[in-house]
Amino acid sequence: MIELTTTRHNPLIDPSLHVWEWQIPVYLFLGGLVAGLMIIAGIRLIVLRPSRREALVCCTIGPLLGLAALSLGMFALFLDLAHKLHVWRLYTTFEPTSPMSWGSWILLLVYPALLANALAHLPEAIPALARRFPVLVAISDFILARLRLVLAIGFANVALGVALGIYTGILLGALGARPLWNSALLGPLFLFSGLSAAAALLHGILVLSAPDEERPAFADFLLSSLARVSGARPLDPNAGPVLAGADNSFLTIELALLGLFLLGHLTSTAVHRQAAGLLLTGPYAAPFWVFVVGLGILIPLLLQTLELTHRIRHTLAPAVLVLFGGIALRVILVAAGQESHWFHALN
Amino acid sequence: MSRFAMVIDTRRCVGCQDCVVACKTENSVPQGYCRDWIVEEVHGAFPTPHLEIRSERCNHCAEPPCVSCCPTGASHVHDFGGVVLVHHDLCIGCKACLAACPYDARFIHPDGYADKCTFCIHRVAKGLDPACVSVCPTHCMHFGDLDDPTSEVSRLLASRTHHTLLPEAGTQPRVFYLT
Repeated sequence: MIELTTTRHNPLIDPSLHVWEWQIPVYLFLGGLVAGLMIIAGIRLIVLRPSRREALVCCTIGPLLGLAALSLGMFALFLDLAHKLHVWRLYTTFEPTSPMSWGSWILLLVYPALLANALAHLPEAIPALARRFPVLVAISDFILARLRLVLAIGFANVALGVALGIYTGILLGALGARPLWNSALLGPLFLFSGLSAAAALLHGILVLSAPDEERPAFADFLLSSLARVSGARPLDPNAGPVLAGADNSFLTIELALLGLFLLGHLTSTAVHRQAAGLLLTGPYAAPFWVFVVGLGILIPLLLQTLELTHRIRHTLAPAVLVLFGGIALRVILVAAGQESHWFHALN
Repeated sequence: MSRFAMVIDTRRCVGCQDCVVACKTENSVPQGYCRDWIVEEVHGAFPTPHLEIRSERCNHCAEPPCVSCCPTGASHVHDFGGVVLVHHDLCIGCKACLAACPYDARFIHPDGYADKCTFCIHRVAKGLDPACVSVCPTHCMHFGDLDDPTSEVSRLLASRTHHTLLPEAGTQPRVFYLT
């Protein structure tokens, strides 16, 4: 037996590290979501180069939501900083060994890439806005008339999306002092979690925009009012099954990566086994299995499979569950990771 | 090139916390925080338990993970003695260095920047010992240059068995404990 007694009592450090609260999981989730939206939008732009309406939900609404989500995520990150007025210091240097430095520069490139993707098809998606601002039509025409530019925007979105998604995982994975985070698999895990969240979000938007006789009258009124105010065109519901199918693939890969992540810890050192125990049998086991694996992955996987085989209607439920599961994954991993420690394994 | 290190004799340390008080006084450490602290480690079982009392602080690692993860370069290795320091003006308070340190040696100062032991570099530059070393009533703490084979720390490490904290973390700490 080893017993440690310490006189240290530093705030946020003792009795166990808790320096990151809700802001960081929210930032990581929104970063992953934006990464997924960029990759899907980029692929749609590359595959559907001609200006077709099917591209609208992925290539316009996705990137526009991505810009909003990214701004919200960066605001959450800003709220977490203890020395807020010095935030600009991030952009006075580039530290190649720091994942956070890589991330801050990647985020700077993500904005123009997302904006360019959104502008390519904006006049088709929201004609009312284009009529009010003719410059949007000129920009869209300029982009779509140049095949190389369209391809460059598409590939830039895919590449930056992959970098952003992996970065959100590597940010934690590079911190070797916390055994639970110490896995390179966190990068692809957060990337595919972000992809599934993005596909689920776009699928949810399509479900909402489709006519539905069983929808309550007030919800129908709200949605039609929103469409009228924004001047947006109705979305093509044919993209729904494609997105649900893609989401099922992403969820399956995420589940496999989660299994490999835990397997890697269980076959590693005592500290890593103990860290994995936090999720498997420890204080985070119940929320992890219920909210992340059950409600966040398995149930939506089942629901979307039933939707794709036409046994049930397409509903908003899988989208809500996947988004909730994505947030739960980050909240639980950030909290449990801070609790995992080299010293604790001595006992 | 010098490499400063601290050597602490755990057979002499009585855990009186004079080093903690001296550090707080010398460096104006805010109330409720500490840059160094006392750890009592008991292992074994009755009737042969073993007690080790240690004065712990930042280990000023040769491979400091707090420096490599810093996004602004605020955490850095100083040319003078290889001491790990923080530029308060460059620090944005992102707390990555706190999460990266396996010894939990850092904290966020109420003014918003990451703070920790500096080996009292302002005193060392004047030829003095760090405050904690200078007040130790049992003379269990020693400070000096590892690159100087005649220094007290080099001689102690050459002649006594010693260990560092969490050597398996690969950080190569420069605070050594004589056993």
